[in-house]
Amino acid sequence: MTRTLIRYLPLLLLALVWEMAARFEWVSNTALPPLTDVVRAWIELTLDGELLRNSASSLYRIAGGLGLAIVIGTVLGIGMAWWKPVNVLLAPIVEVFYPVPKSALIPVTVIWLGFGDGSKILLIFLGCMVPVTIGAFNGARASEQVMVWSARSMGASKLRVLWDVVMPGAMPELLNGIRTALALSFILLVSSELIVAQKGFGYLIGSLGAGGSYDAMYAVVLTVAFLGFAADRAYLEIVRRTLAWRSVA
Amino acid sequence: MSIDTRTPRDGVPEMLGRLAWQLAWGFARIFSIVALLAAWEILARTGTFTPFQLPALSAVLERIWSDAVSGDLAINAGLTLYRALTGFAICAVLGIAIGMAMSRNVVANWFFDPIVSVGFPMPKIAFLPVVILWLGVYDTAKITMIVVDAIFPVIAATVIAIQGVERELIWSARNMGASKRELLHQVILPAASPQIMTGLQVSLPLCLIVAVVAEMLMGGYGLGGAMITAAQFANSTSVFAGIVEIAVIGYVLIKIMVLIRRRLLIWHPEASAPATA
Repeated sequence: MTRTLIRYLPLLLLALVWEMAARFEWVSNTALPPLTDVVRAWIELTLDGELLRNSASSLYRIAGGLGLAIVIGTVLGIGMAWWKPVNVLLAPIVEVFYPVPKSALIPVTVIWLGFGDGSKILLIFLGCMVPVTIGAFNGARASEQVMVWSARSMGASKLRVLWDVVMPGAMPELLNGIRTALALSFILLVSSELIVAQKGFGYLIGSLGAGGSYDAMYAVVLTVAFLGFAADRAYLEIVRRTLAWRSVA
Repeated sequence: MSIDTRTPRDGVPEMLGRLAWQLAWGFARIFSIVALLAAWEILARTGTFTPFQLPALSAVLERIWSDAVSGDLAINAGLTLYRALTGFAICAVLGIAIGMAMSRNVVANWFFDPIVSVGFPMPKIAFLPVVILWLGVYDTAKITMIVVDAIFPVIAATVIAIQGVERELIWSARNMGASKRELLHQVILPAASPQIMTGLQVSLPLCLIVAVVAEMLMGGYGLGGAMITAAQFANSTSVFAGIVEIAVIGYVLIKIMVLIRRRLLIWHPEASAPATA
């Protein structure tokens, strides 16, 4: 307990400096409302239901885009490592698409699918597919040939080998790619919602900021930041359990 | 690159065979991209999609050309690059400095460690409206946003890299009488440089992503700003032109980073290892 406290003390100190800077008006309160006001605004927004409604639509977009990206990205990545023709066809496209700053796709997804959920899900899907594909590809490519041969010689079918040998071997790299994708999905979600949306976190931040209620705006900004952080921690915990078999070996 | 490395026999048929193989391989490598571009042009020309949804590739290239001739492309791309690269330079210098301070100084580590471990996985782009509130919408705000977003991979990579330097290296250097300064400059930093470089390679694309988003939201000149203006006027040819321009810039920057890595780490064993990506 004390150790955790000492570890996170700098964050508490920052919060304290924030509160003091705002209370004693070292900086203007429009630029930095006191932290306590932000907390009060957060409670109001939550009771109001507004925060919950917007988070629901944002989380739906992330779940949709990221879910599609994980499924299709994994299939593509393992396909690229397993079948040469797939690799020849897809590798150049991945290589060209990989360095494109995905935020540049925001206006296009809007042109294609409009202002609603569809454009955000497509954007998150396109952006997140790349790290998942590359993770699955690198992981599956590195699977030990000896293991594949042994499994084959012991009579496992090709699909069996894919499922029982290649997939588990590819897991660590794949899960790493998914972690990158998870972080990216939040970035893309918030950017696209800030630019064009009618609901969601980004929309809420934008409209509160435009309306001048800065304490509420800060409350939503901190909520999004915290959710991104919490999602990453939760994911790491899941990964630790999933990969528990590796430390046994 | 799959150049045949088996013992070459220099008979003419073998050489021709190798040449044919290399040509076929080279064609296979670009085949899908050519096919994709052709499909784009055909789908747009045949009217499967309206020009608003998908302007023809040729029209997009024409737009890029006319932007280039009128000088707009140079201004917008120059500004975007200036912001992204200034942000990247600050991230590199400040990130490596903070990382080094954290691994050498207990107080620095105590202060920055929770900030990095909480701040790294956060979607910091959400702070963009706050940055606008504080710094306005001009270069300072955009570059600040870039630094806030892209500095964390550099700090984390530097800390992990320095932690990973082999104890034996440090002990031997100390034993041979290296001062603290010499130890840092001649042993620790070089030994840590591959991983620091990897951190920088993660940071650079982030700089470009954030530069584009910041420009889209704050408006003004720059590729992001130009794209959002075009989108507001339903000018989708310019939107697609923007994507192609940004994609090319991103591709070139990443390739340059790979070249720099090879040049800087030419002494390192990894330089002779087979390339992985």
